[in-house]
Amino acid sequence: MIDGFIALYIFTLAAILGFEIISKVPVVLHTPLMSGSNFIHGIVLVGAMIALGHADTTLEKTFGFIAVFLGAGNAAGGYVVTERMLEMFKPRVKKTDDNNEGDQS
Amino acid sequence: MMDFINEYLPVVIKLAYFVAAILFITGLRRMSKPGTARGGIVWAGIGMLLATVVTFLLPDMHNMVLILAALASSTVLAWVSGRKVAMTDMPQMVALYNGMGGGSAAFIGMIALFNGMDHVTACEAGVSLNAHDCISGVTLWFALAGVLIGGVSLTGSMIAFGKLQGWIDKRYAFPGQQVFNAVVALITIGLAMYLTVDMNPTVIWLFFGLSLVLGLLMTLPIGGADMPVVISLYNAFTGLAVSFEGFVLQNEAMIIAGMLVGAAGTLLTKLMAKAMNRKLTAVLFKTLGAGSGD
Repeated sequence: MIDGFIALYIFTLAAILGFEIISKVPVVLHTPLMSGSNFIHGIVLVGAMIALGHADTTLEKTFGFIAVFLGAGNAAGGYVVTERMLEMFKPRVKKTDDNNEGDQS
Repeated sequence: MMDFINEYLPVVIKLAYFVAAILFITGLRRMSKPGTARGGIVWAGIGMLLATVVTFLLPDMHNMVLILAALASSTVLAWVSGRKVAMTDMPQMVALYNGMGGGSAAFIGMIALFNGMDHVTACEAGVSLNAHDCISGVTLWFALAGVLIGGVSLTGSMIAFGKLQGWIDKRYAFPGQQVFNAVVALITIGLAMYLTVDMNPTVIWLFFGLSLVLGLLMTLPIGGADMPVVISLYNAFTGLAVSFEGFVLQNEAMIIAGMLVGAAGTLLTKLMAKAMNRKLTAVLFKTLGAGSGD
């Protein structure tokens, strides 16, 4: 299983990576990126499935069922909404449209 | 043949979670650049599909009918609602789905608490000395933090959804609200500390309830114009809660993806507030000030 310090390394490295990825994002992408990261934490579905898969008592099963239901909504809904938002970025890839920041400063 | 499967299946599953985590990171990277943004969600989507399918293959999984029923019904509902909604109503849908994720993490934590309660009793009675069966100090802290943050994200996001949807059009604020909220937050944390000493089921319920109330109290005074920033903040909260519950469940994919969103979401919240010429502290704590946000 995961040793405490290994977990600390994973936490920290993932956090640094998260900061790095977002640090140079243009304003047009703020909302789609919020939606995209919302989809990514839909991975909670996997945890909910594991929890329900090991539930024994009625209470645990009820909690597990709710957790899977909510987690699946997070993942599925997050994907659809993000995909629809990002559809707008298809035709005008090179143009710097509504904002001043683009690839060439 | 069975031996072969028993020996290598866990490795294959771990490897699949690893690949999923890499796909999430790549997907998020691509989504942060306009040119590649559109493909980014597909990369992350493949990672999610892989992680979900492989979870069915885990050993000792029960309640398959329940899992499939919850999974299928919610996926269809969310998919249809996400397809039908107007482009202008997207932000509240993000709030809704984000709240669901936070709630999911909170309920995973609640299972761990109630499960751990049995085991703690067993440990104290000397029935089980196997460390794996007793929910240990650090794991318990993570489970509690996940319930608190996930619970706040659940109810907070629902209020944000209601406000943007036009169901809640008032800002509910009263004098001294920030002090009141701080007191409620302190009591909730106090209950969490109590639970590390004595796993009382009544206190677990009280702690969960107060976490939900805290989310309501924090969000009700905030005006509609500031909601995108608030949703982004709760997005980071959910990420953090997912990461913590990932630690409880010893699932690396959850730890990485959750913390990635926790950090990315926090920075994104700051950037969004800056782009809207608002200070984050003003959004959250100056609710009775100039009353500029509505």
